[in-house]
Amino acid sequence: MKTQALEIDREALLAQTLRGEFPDARGRFGPFGGRYVPETLVPALDRLEQGIRDILPDPAFKAELDLQLRTWVGRPTPLTYAATLSQRWGAEVWLKREDLAHTGAHKINNAIGQGLLAKRLGAKRIVAETGAGQHGVATAAACARLGMPCTVYMGSIDMERQAPNVGRMRLLGAEVVPVTGGDKTLRAAIDEALRDWVSDPNGTFYILGSAVGPHPYPYMVREFQRVIGVEARAQMLAQAGALPDVVVACVGGGSNAIGLFHPFIPDTEVKLLGFEAGGIGPGLGQNAASLAYGTPGVLQGCYSLLLQDEHGQIQETQSVSAGLDYPGVGPEHALLASIGRLGFAASEDDESLEALSECSRYEGILPAIETAHAFAGARKYAKKNPGCRILIGLSGRGDKDMPTLQRTLLKGKI
Amino acid sequence: MTTLITTGTAQPRDSISTAIKDAAASGRPAVVGFMTAGFPDRAHFAQNLRAIATEADVVEIGVPFSDPMADGATIQRASFASLQGGFTLRWLLDELEVMQPRPQAPVLLMSYLNPLLAFGLERLPEVAKKAGVSGFIIPDLPYEESADMRAALDRVGIALVQMVTPVTPDKRLKMLCAASQGFVYAVTMTGTTGKSVAVPDEVLDYMDRVKSMSPVPVCAGFGIRTAEQVTRMQGHVDGVVVGSALVEVLERGEDPAKFLRRLKP
Repeated sequence: MKTQALEIDREALLAQTLRGEFPDARGRFGPFGGRYVPETLVPALDRLEQGIRDILPDPAFKAELDLQLRTWVGRPTPLTYAATLSQRWGAEVWLKREDLAHTGAHKINNAIGQGLLAKRLGAKRIVAETGAGQHGVATAAACARLGMPCTVYMGSIDMERQAPNVGRMRLLGAEVVPVTGGDKTLRAAIDEALRDWVSDPNGTFYILGSAVGPHPYPYMVREFQRVIGVEARAQMLAQAGALPDVVVACVGGGSNAIGLFHPFIPDTEVKLLGFEAGGIGPGLGQNAASLAYGTPGVLQGCYSLLLQDEHGQIQETQSVSAGLDYPGVGPEHALLASIGRLGFAASEDDESLEALSECSRYEGILPAIETAHAFAGARKYAKKNPGCRILIGLSGRGDKDMPTLQRTLLKGKI
Repeated sequence: MTTLITTGTAQPRDSISTAIKDAAASGRPAVVGFMTAGFPDRAHFAQNLRAIATEADVVEIGVPFSDPMADGATIQRASFASLQGGFTLRWLLDELEVMQPRPQAPVLLMSYLNPLLAFGLERLPEVAKKAGVSGFIIPDLPYEESADMRAALDRVGIALVQMVTPVTPDKRLKMLCAASQGFVYAVTMTGTTGKSVAVPDEVLDYMDRVKSMSPVPVCAGFGIRTAEQVTRMQGHVDGVVVGSALVEVLERGEDPAKFLRRLKP
């Protein structure tokens, strides 16, 4: 298998995608996805898959999840018209406000969903990984709410750059374990969470925060995050009177993006655009943009696009944003990008920080640095397409980024 | 167009089960000795491999990967050090091909899937065969995803070893044993490599269960460090895999052959 030359039938895959046929029975999104895990985890993943099949459609489960989403998470989140950005960019800009969801980002939708599922499946404890800390905080909060013990693995570099979130997790009762091996960021944290899970596959439930990992995780995370796009699509029709021309989101592993994009996939007149972490440039090791610069391979349970060298060793990534700092991307994104349904580009550190500043200054909203990558991309798109109607997934708020912002945008200003 | 005859003649994979059965016939479990390729350094690789092969019945060589999710602290550390030292799979296969004298025991490679995909499934089997490799253990390739790899290795008669674990349901256990070649790798516990296990009765019962189902020899691995453990397993398994403990011996600069001799009951 030559890594670069993945031969696919784009038209057939696009038709299958539009018919909603993925993942297939083998957990594949076209050529991507699957389940590449140690044998110890196979029975646990089988049970999880069965649980999803039985429990997710159950009306009692749906009602319980809906109640938590409405009364604890604060859904539906609003759709905000960004008047000043619209004027500045010469476009019509709408913001889907996941920053207003409980704990400050979209991550809570998935954490409470998986937490409820874990409880129904009889799990005794929860493990999770976190990069920016948002998934860790969301999982810690969900576990506190549901009365389950929670251990969160977090890279030591991320613990430093997202320090406020470490304190939040601890207040919420979670044990936060620093990961000093590997790249000391999100990827190493996932490796360590998997090792924990391998040690107790029957009693422990792994709440994975992104749309990556072995089947059925990418599917399950998408299902719990789809609420973003379902709400946004209805709100656009109600408030803007039309669907957007383009839907924009930031993409790391891709959970907020797939949640926002998925309900729009059949609307082929709506463009989908994902913006990855461009870091400091296009070279290997300078960014975390797997759709833009990756090649196919297997990492952490799934076949997708990865930042790797010619020997199949995964490369360290660079990004100002901890949440996008991952050398792979969800298998569904890899499929959507390779068949042309999803457009993608990389936003570099500097332009993303500038976009964060602009949104804060002119809309009174401080977005997360991750989210700012989507704003940087949207602005460029708007300048090239005057008058277009843009929906941006405002995936999270930036309070957690204050340590990084003090070192960058605010340097010398206080 | 050449046709490879893969039946009737002795295949590389047969050397593995033969070596394990020979040891078992002499009244002791076979010892499968593990080393991380390129660790502690590449310069002493051939020397260490030969030393291990004088005492081990089979040698398992670990191919370092940046994300060894099934491995504990020791093998993680060894893998990262080896990669830092410039390890590549190409280097390992070249070393093995030219090594003289040959190691005395059959050689298996333990590799995560991605370095093998990057090397290329279309050329890996032939190159591995030329290097004298008899089998592969791929810890992140469950049976359901293994069809392409299995077909590729079958072409040249190289074994694909399946792992089973204490949480594998009976029906699946039977299927994996039937599919495994060379031997069945019975993981002693849920968890990663390297943590010592006491070998309680349940583990022996589980090994007996695997052995009763397996048409090929059964080797127990993960956490095997002492002669007491090996003695306790005797009669319940055909062999034991000694991994992290042996890597630590190499890390301390001690004699791996001496360590392996002491493990044998």
